Amino acid sequence: MSVASVFPKLERLLPEVSKPIQYVGGELGAVVKDWDAATVRWVLSYPDAYEVGLPNQGVQILYEVLNEQADVLAERTYAVWPDLEALMRKHAVPQFTVDTHRPVRAFDLFGISFATELGYTNMLTMLDLAGIPLDSRDRDETHPIVIAGGHAAFNPEPIADFIDAAVLGDGEEAVLEITAIVRDWKAEGCPGGRDELLLRLARTESVYVPRFYDVDYLPDGRIQRVVPNRADVPFRVHKRTTMDLDAWPYPKKPLVPLAETVHERYAVEIFRGCTRGCRFCQAGMITRPVRERSITTIGEMVAEGLEFSGFGEVGLLSLSSADHSEIGNICSGLADQYQGSNVSLSLPSTRVDAFNITLAEELSRGGRRTGLTFAPEGGSERIRRVINKMVSEEDLIRTVVTAYSNGWRQVKLYFMCGLPTETDEDVLQIARLAHEVIKAGRAATGSKDIRCTVSIGGFVPKPHTPFQWAAMCSPEVIDNRLKLLKQAINSDRSLGRAIGYRYHDGQPSLIEGLLSRGDRRVGAVIRRVWEDGGRFDGWSEHFSFQRWVDAAAEVLPQFGVDLDWYTTRERDENEVLPWDHLDSGLDKEWLWQDWQDALSEYEQPDCRWTPCFDCGVCPSMDTEIQIGPTGKKLLPLTPVNTGLRVPS
Amino acid sequence: MSRTKPQPEGGQAPVVQRVRLRYAKRGPMRFTSHRDFARAFERAILRANVPIAYSQGFTPHPKVSYASAAPTGVASEAEYVEIGLRERADPRELVWALDAALSPGLDILEAVEATGGSLAERIDASAWRIELPGVTANAARHAVDVFLAATEVPVERLTKQGRRTLDARGPVVRLDAPQTSDATPSEVSGVPCAILDLVVRQVTPSVRPDDVLSGLRVAADLELPVPPRATRLAQGVLTPQGELVDPLAADRDAAVIGAPPP
Repeated sequence: MSVASVFPKLERLLPEVSKPIQYVGGELGAVVKDWDAATVRWVLSYPDAYEVGLPNQGVQILYEVLNEQADVLAERTYAVWPDLEALMRKHAVPQFTVDTHRPVRAFDLFGISFATELGYTNMLTMLDLAGIPLDSRDRDETHPIVIAGGHAAFNPEPIADFIDAAVLGDGEEAVLEITAIVRDWKAEGCPGGRDELLLRLARTESVYVPRFYDVDYLPDGRIQRVVPNRADVPFRVHKRTTMDLDAWPYPKKPLVPLAETVHERYAVEIFRGCTRGCRFCQAGMITRPVRERSITTIGEMVAEGLEFSGFGEVGLLSLSSADHSEIGNICSGLADQYQGSNVSLSLPSTRVDAFNITLAEELSRGGRRTGLTFAPEGGSERIRRVINKMVSEEDLIRTVVTAYSNGWRQVKLYFMCGLPTETDEDVLQIARLAHEVIKAGRAATGSKDIRCTVSIGGFVPKPHTPFQWAAMCSPEVIDNRLKLLKQAINSDRSLGRAIGYRYHDGQPSLIEGLLSRGDRRVGAVIRRVWEDGGRFDGWSEHFSFQRWVDAAAEVLPQFGVDLDWYTTRERDENEVLPWDHLDSGLDKEWLWQDWQDALSEYEQPDCRWTPCFDCGVCPSMDTEIQIGPTGKKLLPLTPVNTGLRVPS
Repeated sequence: MSRTKPQPEGGQAPVVQRVRLRYAKRGPMRFTSHRDFARAFERAILRANVPIAYSQGFTPHPKVSYASAAPTGVASEAEYVEIGLRERADPRELVWALDAALSPGLDILEAVEATGGSLAERIDASAWRIELPGVTANAARHAVDVFLAATEVPVERLTKQGRRTLDARGPVVRLDAPQTSDATPSEVSGVPCAILDLVVRQVTPSVRPDDVLSGLRVAADLELPVPPRATRLAQGVLTPQGELVDPLAADRDAAVIGAPPP
């Protein structure tokens, strides 16, 4: 039975909302398939506004992988802004896909990718607008299976009531396996209903179905244990790892939006995973091991991606892009290929060393040298040893001075505040460092026309990291340190004038902390906040700290816990953490040892260049480091067709 | 790919040909803003491998200039853009290549080589058709009569600078509500749908279909139960007879049809 588009109803509302084009679809790269010809139908979402959600690489990759299957259809939906939400409720227009404006409720599977926990309230809006019961137990065979993915899915316990399942790790192969299970179940006539389907998914050991696990609590509020309540359901659920990125060269046909979005570029992941071992970095911990994409595949993807999309910028993405074993040849090869073409190349996420300046010079050949960003993360040498960010002050100053000497006028330095063991003095060192940078830069260039921006964010301890046991600082402590830092930067007016200062106050971080390390009891807080109007919590103009504090105070006392218990409390070695039954491959004993090393300011080197330190990932996940060099080079692009591309 | 062709030392290649194009914004694509279209068009230039010329400097911009664009949410059959090329191209091939490179609904309709003057001086008025679902032709005709009888109809518009008042009547050259129309109402059949034919002189600040509808409400209490749908049908210079002169006509007459292949 075909499903009708809601566009005729939606169309009448669009003249009344801001930026209506975001709800219309019609992007290049969008795929429209015959509903009736598909046997398995997915709707994929990044639970934020279209302008943030559309460029999301995870959604784009899975969208393409799924739509390449002949009998599978995948469409997309994003969070609608409150102006449209109000009109949709008034005129009974359900949550829709942007591809064909079909109602989300009509699909078999609803996959939501969470890069941040602050998207949880938006998920509830989408479910509610879709007419899908918020509580997964109230759903039946007519509702989609709601599956969470993305980094936040490594602890989906706070949203355990709202989702049917979660997938940890890389999605390329996981979505195809889930599709196969749903296809078979439907072909057999949906035996055993929704429960049977979820059971089949859970038995794969790589799909977590929260309802099949019971959580018991100790009298003091800590978790006693998490155990399966059904036979054949595994005690632990394992993350997925896509090996051989050359075999998965997605996105091939990137989505090119008509609306303006946060990233207007063709992005290619040059490797996945990172073993630098920065202790605060959840992404680096949960995406191990390092798997490089080869220089030749990168070159082909860039050429085809640009030709398909017409983008004027290429982003070479990874968690630490300068660490690719052939990054020098990649940058110079691409720079050669696109010299004089008005295509610009960017290399985000680079480390602090002079080699980066060489790469940046290659990428900005003949172009404007606007700004470079480095992330020392900690202000003092001591705190950098705690977080395992191995950058000496000497390195940092030398790197920045090299940048100034080579024509860059603006350098941005990124730091965190509220790190474990941090004191006021550690944060004040940031001011001293910034002063030294400006002094050295002025001396080296003989010019006063150089600037440095200090950007500082709040630290949030994340699951599956050595800091998962750490106490957060209270927002008052953070805000006071940020104030002291500002004073210290401006204590020398001549230097202070050359230093920009950007910071976020401590309150949103505390809520992110609650959601990151929360357990199932936090779900009631999320629901209360949403009922109270909480939407778009990742946006400062929509986020209300008070709403979260009030909801926590209302909901949590019945469980004998509170907001502080989840955030500013340090956990001990034996505490059962809410995500202990979810296996990222990291050995919990190794994580604890790394936490102890952090406290004793002991650094851990990178296993790409030093012997394995037994974090546990490779043996438990049956994976291995995949790095070059391949020794291959990018060849000059041969002009195949110098004329207009006229359709045949 | 000509994108990789080196530019001459010290600067960008000069413009050797200017081409003027007419395009349409149709159906759901009428919700593109002018900025949205501009981004999509510049990407289409790259996708179609159009030998576009760039401005000089550290941040070279493609040589693209737009004539006054229809407002977001208003469809159009007559939008105009001029591009500067560094190599000659056949205007007919440009139409095919650019149209294929744009999303359906953003449709390139025709192209002619520019022979002088500017698009801006060939456009001083617009013709619009406005569908008013849920409004009877009689009600529309009555409102139009009241509106046209007034010498001035001040309406308010919310702009980025705040509320401003403008006269919706002055620039209106023609406004009809034909009793019968062969245009098919876009809304559900069975519901009345009045049609307005509107010609407005381009003034500053511009008076748009929205403003004229505000004027009909202010002057004659015409309420719209459902959002209207407006389409720009033509732009051009207004003749004394009230007709619009196609802004590409002068180039079309002057140009050798079908430039020599590049």
